[in-house]
Amino acid sequence: MIGNLPFVVCMILVALGLWTLIAKRNLVKLVIGMSLVTSGVNLFLVSLGYVRGGIPPIYTYAPAAAPMVLPTPQALTLTSIVIGVATTALMLAFVVVIYRHKGTLDVRKIRDLRG
Amino acid sequence: MTVVVRTITRVLLPISLVFGGYVIMHGHLTPGGGFQGGAVAASGLALVLVAFGVERLAGKKGLLSVLESLGGVAFAALGFLGLGVTFFANVLAGSGGLFGHPVPYGPNPGDLNTAGTLPLMNWAVGFKVLAGLGAVVLLFGLFGGEK
Amino acid sequence: MSVHAPILAIAVPLLGGFAAPLLARIHRKVRDLWVLLVVFFSGACVGYVAAHILSSGIWVYVLGARNPQETLAPGGFPIRIMLTVDAMSAFMGLIAGFLALVAFPFALKYIPEEEGKTLALTLSLLLLAGILGLAYTGDLFNFFVFLEVTSIAACGIIGFRTWISRAPEAAFKTMVLFSLSGLFFLLASAFLYGEYGALNLAYLSAQIKGTLVDKLALALFLAGLIMKVAAAPVHFWAPDAYGEAPAAKTLLLVVNTQVSLYGLWRVLFTLYGGALSAGVGWLVTSLGLLTMVVAAFMALVQVDLGRLVAYGAVSQIGYMMLGVGVGLVTLAGRPDYGFVAMKGGIFHMLNDALTVGLLFLCVGAVEWTKGTRDLRELGGLGHGLPGVALCFLLASLALAGIPPLNGFASKILIYEGSFRLSPILAAVAVLASILLLAVFARAFHGAFLGPRAEVKEGLPWVFLLSMGALAVGILVLGLVPGFFVEELVAPAAKALWHGRALYLAAVLGG
Repeated sequence: MIGNLPFVVCMILVALGLWTLIAKRNLVKLVIGMSLVTSGVNLFLVSLGYVRGGIPPIYTYAPAAAPMVLPTPQALTLTSIVIGVATTALMLAFVVVIYRHKGTLDVRKIRDLRG
Repeated sequence: MTVVVRTITRVLLPISLVFGGYVIMHGHLTPGGGFQGGAVAASGLALVLVAFGVERLAGKKGLLSVLESLGGVAFAALGFLGLGVTFFANVLAGSGGLFGHPVPYGPNPGDLNTAGTLPLMNWAVGFKVLAGLGAVVLLFGLFGGEK
Repeated sequence: MSVHAPILAIAVPLLGGFAAPLLARIHRKVRDLWVLLVVFFSGACVGYVAAHILSSGIWVYVLGARNPQETLAPGGFPIRIMLTVDAMSAFMGLIAGFLALVAFPFALKYIPEEEGKTLALTLSLLLLAGILGLAYTGDLFNFFVFLEVTSIAACGIIGFRTWISRAPEAAFKTMVLFSLSGLFFLLASAFLYGEYGALNLAYLSAQIKGTLVDKLALALFLAGLIMKVAAAPVHFWAPDAYGEAPAAKTLLLVVNTQVSLYGLWRVLFTLYGGALSAGVGWLVTSLGLLTMVVAAFMALVQVDLGRLVAYGAVSQIGYMMLGVGVGLVTLAGRPDYGFVAMKGGIFHMLNDALTVGLLFLCVGAVEWTKGTRDLRELGGLGHGLPGVALCFLLASLALAGIPPLNGFASKILIYEGSFRLSPILAAVAVLASILLLAVFARAFHGAFLGPRAEVKEGLPWVFLLSMGALAVGILVLGLVPGFFVEELVAPAAKALWHGRALYLAAVLGG
């Protein structure tokens, strides 16, 4: 059970991010909530690759042959981080444009598209 | 920004660009690679933006756009280079030419001249990320304020 | 060179998208010509791939290997990213290729130069590359990457006109939803990777046993993909998104939604094939019914023509989900009527793309001429724009399922299959069709009939060419549906219904 602790922490992060998306009214806080969910999923991916007593999976100046941590989840997480950066940049750009039009960041007041 | 910040920025900008280039260049040997090195170098650009204001960099928008497109085209073209075998095939690895040394087996000191098209792709991605993140930060500075 | 056709169909739009800003600096006409060349080349590759698969079977292409068929590393484990194109993937690729060929010439004329045409074209080419990547890939993480590529490109296109306040609002909502759906998909893939140690669809499909972690991953897959597909109750991004994007680009957004629906079928039929319970099928079917009814009712009260057509598009997704959902429910016993319903659902993807595409092009033409889409201000356009009015009428009748048009051909298959499972399903589907007929009759009357309104200039011939191509497609598919169902749709449906063993053998057996 204690071995599952990293995964439980990541799921708590994801749940906190989802709660932020549901409960907060400020547009920038919604972007922050999105970023929390992304961070939780990325942490989960990285922690999948753990090998007990492992060293980083790099052959350059590696210490004597020891078990190496799995490198594939690290590549997957890197891709996900890059996608998260692009997504956050795009969402913030739209927040800036909405603010210039409406003068407010409150989600409940930006309701041009209704019904 | 004050004189202290500007002086430190003048010292730190070349350091951050060179460190970013180092991380990009050694992507196949140590942790790093295209995206990470490009992000480090873009942080130098963000520092210039904060210290000197947006007007100093506003004229460079066109250059950033061209650099970004060149990076993307170079990455896709390197994939097309392998079309004799399959797409994205590493045709330069082990061939003895540019980046063509054979990769040693097991823990080793790390030979920069290995891994074929990987360092070239790292440079393409590094330039694209530097230009892209730099353009994002610059455009937020130019257009993000009050109207 | 033709052995590389699947990857060329994806990589050439990618290269074209990156190169378009560079070519725009030389001259604008060079950029336009380049975009047209790229789209034609990609369409030709898609057609070649489809023709090859319908004659010779599944095509596997491994990226970066010593030859394109080398799927397994020494040790019997697939480690490289591969494209696994079977009949269903080829079908989705054909839809994407045909609609891109129609949409891009329309868009080249529709988007004015001063509104950032280069950016719109770049984003659209990246969206096309992402859609074809989603259709052709055989690897779960690659699917996630292309899912996010299409999300970012699509939201860029939706929020494109930043000078009106509605477009960035629609784009923000859509971006939050797309991003969340991509993250749920990634979480599900991470569960499966942690359990089995592989990301290849065929390898995972051979290993899946139905443990608790598998069921959690299935729930996350369903959550993520149902959000992306605009099924009720999470459909609210689609009317905003389809309404605010420039008209020609909405065709690509519609294809994006359909390819996400294809992704759902791929996960449910091929990845989880043997380990599904009938409850999942009932969930998909009931969400399909809910989507049909909710979207049809919401379309009744719209005054904006673009949003009205968008709600019509959302309700058609309900039909696709109903058809294939019936197949999912009966997957254990595989009776004949399940296969008929699946053929109907898959055929409806093609018909819906053509019909809704033609409707959006007509809305675009109306907006080009009058500058507004509000039904309270339009009227009497049928005199000045006879071609557009005729196309709108044709597409409305096709959407509502009136014979002898293509909507009827696929809907009769869906009604027939779902009636044998439960008569209530077919009854609700028919009622929704009738409701949509009323909605579009009102829209046609409001926009095109009435006293003559002045039309300031004639339409460019490119508009009429694109609309005519789609109208010809609707008529042909309606008058001779049997040929297309036997040649294109039945192999695709069979690839999902029976074809899991063939899929696994093509990747693992070789």
